[in-house]
Amino acid sequence: MSHHIVLRVISKIFIPMILLFALYVQFHGDFGPGGGFQAGVIFAAAFVLHTLIFGAKATALAIPSHLARALMAVGLLLYLGTGFAALVRGGNFLDYNVLASAPIVGQHYGILLVELGVGVTVAAVMITVFFAFTGRR
Amino acid sequence: MIEIVNVLLLAFMAIVALAVAVMRSLFAALMVSGFFSLLSAGMFLLLDAVDVAFTEAAVGAGIATILGMGTLVLTKTDTAKPGPISPWPILIVVLTGGVLIYGTLDMPRYGDPQAPVHQHVAPRYIRDSAEEVGVPNMVTAVLASYRGYDTLGETAVIFAAGVSVLILLAARRRDEEEPA
Repeated sequence: MSHHIVLRVISKIFIPMILLFALYVQFHGDFGPGGGFQAGVIFAAAFVLHTLIFGAKATALAIPSHLARALMAVGLLLYLGTGFAALVRGGNFLDYNVLASAPIVGQHYGILLVELGVGVTVAAVMITVFFAFTGRR
Repeated sequence: MIEIVNVLLLAFMAIVALAVAVMRSLFAALMVSGFFSLLSAGMFLLLDAVDVAFTEAAVGAGIATILGMGTLVLTKTDTAKPGPISPWPILIVVLTGGVLIYGTLDMPRYGDPQAPVHQHVAPRYIRDSAEEVGVPNMVTAVLASYRGYDTLGETAVIFAAGVSVLILLAARRRDEEEPA
């Protein structure tokens, strides 16, 4: 797509904004609409756009496919880890109240961590599935 | 005003869905079904489900359409010519549709506060989530805290789906490389 100068310039401006919006949806999810699932797909959409415009090789420099594969598991392990952390601190599995000195603070930490886990897994799975398709051409 | 928008959106969605069913070119059908996703994202927006609208716009109109294009590159881009039309499929579809619509007659009206689904645990979430969880977005409180197990399961399902696609597509590629 090297000759589509308008598409290249516009997506260069847009991709950072899409990534920023994904991070906003991720970390502002407990105040506004959004959360891990939404943030993950928006984050992945930025990489899909990058691949369409600049090619799979350029995107592989930004996020190698083995890194995306590993992140699929990292997100889920982060979620599970939060559950076990509550268990270790004497609560029930995924009982965030025990994660900090005050229950409300613990809830905040717990929600932040599990939403991050969801976001990482969703984004990594979307990118990996997309790479699996583009890699077969 | 909102009724006009609702009716227009639903009419557009019906037309677009019919167009997809009639089209022979898979590429055109794919583009039009992406448009259908965009329309349903608008519908979710009208239903005040902004987060679902995001997801529909990003996945349905964006990533799924592009994955469909990736599939078209690997396969044919036209559907096979239809054979003689049999009356049975349409009969079954109409019958099933009729039964489903009959089933909805028993359901509570849309948005009815007395509906059983709004009487079970929802009042407690609405009353106590500000004190117990302390995040202003109640959806996040339910999703990540009260229903943390469900969300863990959903994340595991997405992970399993990603692994399955990898196993299917990566294994096929290795087979193709071996004879070369």
